[in-house]
Amino acid sequence: MADDLKHTTGEATFLDANEIVLNMGPQHPATHGVLRVILKLDGEKIIGTECVIGYLHRGVEKIGENRTYVQFNPYVDRLDYVASVSNGLGYCEAVEKLLSVTAPPRAQTVRVILTELNRIASHLIWLGTHALDIGAMTPLFYTFNQREDILKIYENYCGARLTTHAFRIGGLQYDLYQGFEQQVKKFCDEMPAKVDEYEQLLTTNRIWVARTQGVGVLTAEDAIEFGVTGPMLRAAGVKWDIRKAIPYENYADFEFDIPTGKNGDTYDRYLVRMEEMRQARRIIQQAVDRIPDGPIMAKVPKVVKPPAGEVYHSIEAPKGELGYFIVSDGGLQPYRLRIRPPSFVNLQALDRMVRGSLVADVVAVIGTIDIVLGEVDR
Amino acid sequence: MPPITLAALKPYIMMVLIVGIGPLGVGYLVLLERKLMADMQARLGPMRVGPQGLLQPIADAVKLLLKEDVIPGMVDKWVFWLAPCVTVTTALAAFAVVPFSSDFVITDVNIGVLAILALSSVGVLGIILGGWAANSHYPLLGSLRATAQMVSYEVVMGFAVVAVLLMAGSLSMVEIVKAQAESHRWFLFGAFPFGLIAFFMYYVAAMAETNRSPFDLPEAESELVAGFMTEYSGFRWALYFLAEYCNIIVVCSLAVTLFLGGWLRPFPSVTWLGWLDYAAPVGSFLLAGGLSLYLVKRQPRAFDQIVLAAVGLALLAVAGLFAWPAFNALFRGVFWFMAKIMVLVYSFMWVRFTFPRYRYDQLMRLGWRVMIPLGIVNVIAIGIVLVLKG
Amino acid sequence: MAEEKKPDPTVPPSAPPKPAAAAPPKPAAQPWDDELARRVRERFRSAIKDSLTYLGQNYFVVDAASITSICGYLKHEEEFNYLVDVTAVDYPKREKRFELVYILYSFPRNTRVRVKASIAENEPIDSVTPVWQTANWLEREVYDMFGIRFAGHPDLKRILLPDGWQGHPLRKDYSILKQDEQWVQENLHIESGQ
Repeated sequence: MADDLKHTTGEATFLDANEIVLNMGPQHPATHGVLRVILKLDGEKIIGTECVIGYLHRGVEKIGENRTYVQFNPYVDRLDYVASVSNGLGYCEAVEKLLSVTAPPRAQTVRVILTELNRIASHLIWLGTHALDIGAMTPLFYTFNQREDILKIYENYCGARLTTHAFRIGGLQYDLYQGFEQQVKKFCDEMPAKVDEYEQLLTTNRIWVARTQGVGVLTAEDAIEFGVTGPMLRAAGVKWDIRKAIPYENYADFEFDIPTGKNGDTYDRYLVRMEEMRQARRIIQQAVDRIPDGPIMAKVPKVVKPPAGEVYHSIEAPKGELGYFIVSDGGLQPYRLRIRPPSFVNLQALDRMVRGSLVADVVAVIGTIDIVLGEVDR
Repeated sequence: MPPITLAALKPYIMMVLIVGIGPLGVGYLVLLERKLMADMQARLGPMRVGPQGLLQPIADAVKLLLKEDVIPGMVDKWVFWLAPCVTVTTALAAFAVVPFSSDFVITDVNIGVLAILALSSVGVLGIILGGWAANSHYPLLGSLRATAQMVSYEVVMGFAVVAVLLMAGSLSMVEIVKAQAESHRWFLFGAFPFGLIAFFMYYVAAMAETNRSPFDLPEAESELVAGFMTEYSGFRWALYFLAEYCNIIVVCSLAVTLFLGGWLRPFPSVTWLGWLDYAAPVGSFLLAGGLSLYLVKRQPRAFDQIVLAAVGLALLAVAGLFAWPAFNALFRGVFWFMAKIMVLVYSFMWVRFTFPRYRYDQLMRLGWRVMIPLGIVNVIAIGIVLVLKG
Repeated sequence: MAEEKKPDPTVPPSAPPKPAAAAPPKPAAQPWDDELARRVRERFRSAIKDSLTYLGQNYFVVDAASITSICGYLKHEEEFNYLVDVTAVDYPKREKRFELVYILYSFPRNTRVRVKASIAENEPIDSVTPVWQTANWLEREVYDMFGIRFAGHPDLKRILLPDGWQGHPLRKDYSILKQDEQWVQENLHIESGQ
């Protein structure tokens, strides 16, 4: 792929070639941040792509090696900044596993509620921006409005809206505020009507269907080959969700379905994510009805100093498998902290998904991969 | 040399008015669009400049005029300079044959419809030139898309127009409206239901011709950044913008003239509905004026209150003028014409906020495989209907 | 290879195994000895240096020279069809300073396994891109951050850092305050990025 591109990325202008090289990004309205995709085009048909990433690289893994376990916790919020709660959950659980502690039941249930709310918030952003990329500008405002309700719950709970730092190693720092249950229930009650409204705008819209069906197809075999996870894998027909396959927290106690698609195209991914929002609401409704009493923090030493060893722990983040591989040498700081970002791995499949289609499809496919550059570049 | 009378001067006065007030009108059309969009998207839209954001277009215009005039280094300077001029000139020139009412038309040439179609074709040239001259990939792709799209949809539009010409038997804009008055019905309902089909085709083609969503491929911001306008900024960009909105008004006025009875009031031959000629303008201006005065109290700043009160009083004054028979007789045609245009423009905007964008190949397929065959069949059908009716 | 053994991806994974971490924590890794470990050990004999388990997570320590064949075996014969991650850890004091970690997952078995291989500085290791396409970017990142060369990688170049960057930040001898000052001065036109 890159070899084909090399000779065209040089000095030649498009005027004396049949193929043109189009630089999409890093400043582009539809690349969701600072992704740069070099497109090799024949007319508008794509004959090759190359992703150039790293514009948002902050060396998070290096920072992790130079911070204590507790100090590093807020940094993970800055990875996938629209799903900061999920990032925090994964990190806290990985360290807890290394310490061989588990959060008390009350903390686990609250974590599940906040994480699932986060899943809805992340999917809402995806829906709004994805629709905007395809040209429907109105859903963006509806979804951001609804997301605001979730952010308000976060703000009431921990004072922050975006980079929440909601969880601590071993449990929670703050107990629930008064009226948490009511606020969450109110959100859950209002949600179906709103999601139905988005579906009304898009699901049967002829243009939407024409723009998404059969676009960016990724078969189940390809998806596994490329390590693609999350809704993208499920849309290809693989019924796999870490919450069911390798349950963490107390997800095993809740009833929910794993929505899957058939064709692995952009439309199926859209349907899968819409259904995931509804399933997340189901989990929240079950969880909020039975938040157990009890402590919110496990017995964690004041100074977190896990024994030497290594652990890999992953959770089902809104974008896919978010894993933390932590190597401890028994010291205060992780010896090595590796973050397995879902967006980074999923983005790799872009070339396979868009080759042979048109420029407009690249935009649709970037939207459907649902990348967050903070996580791709770390 | 003919004597200089008011009647002889009227076309010149109208020209000055259109070129002078046109850009301001476009500014307010943009404001209207932003306000409507905001309303449909559960937000307020511009609210800062002036009362309820009413002075926003002026602020925008001043900003655009004062911006540094950037000409990128690699562009073909002359063509880059010429392109927006071509587009805006043709857009404004098209108003020459638009009959705002039987009295207000700059020139009633006997090929008015052709003139508008021809001018809009030349207007495409400005877009092609602009995209080409910028010497950059996004504008090039944008202008290529624009070319393909406009060439295809001009054919569609042509078939829709031919359907009307068959019914009217004339190419003159004024004659077409008069023909509708004589046949006691809008051509929208002529040769029922084929007039409706023609109107639908015209509507879709008009959206494609003016690069409106869902056919806004040449400037699809999420794909081509700003399409052919990517390298333009400041005043030149404003010219493109002006041309685009002028074009919207032109295609809408053509639609109104061809299908919706031009300056005629609804049900032009039902005499007992004559009171509409007074009630509709007086009522709408009273409503607008009353609303403005009602909102005066809510304005936080004294300046805004004064401006809004003045606007409200002016609207009430216009309402009063429309109650005056002489004025009403002269201007009710213009009122109906503008009102119909506004309804069409509103529907254009509504569509824009609702639908996603077509893909390039889908747009072409729709044009060549659906619309053009439909147009041919429709024209033949109308011909048959007209022959059968004698 | 064994095409008929290719798992049907649409089959949901079987019931989750109870994590063995419930056992009281033990200070260090225990030997891992179950059927899979035995099969792999028998198949590759001396190439498998050790098979261990810690906190319920199993891993092989293998010889770097046979990484591709072991991974190929695990993928095609043992159904570890999903490469979760490739990463490395730097132990500057060891004789072979880099330890590569391959995290694999099997959809049909619903288990994870890690494969670890040590290599010395400047010693290349075979790329696993022929086995899993995923490895492409993951190995590029390892190259970018550690300077480990993957033989047979289709497009081995920096991925997160700029192309001309000097140094590999995740090596232990690369201080967190260190940067490629020459690059920063030339490209960003500032004295220092710190």
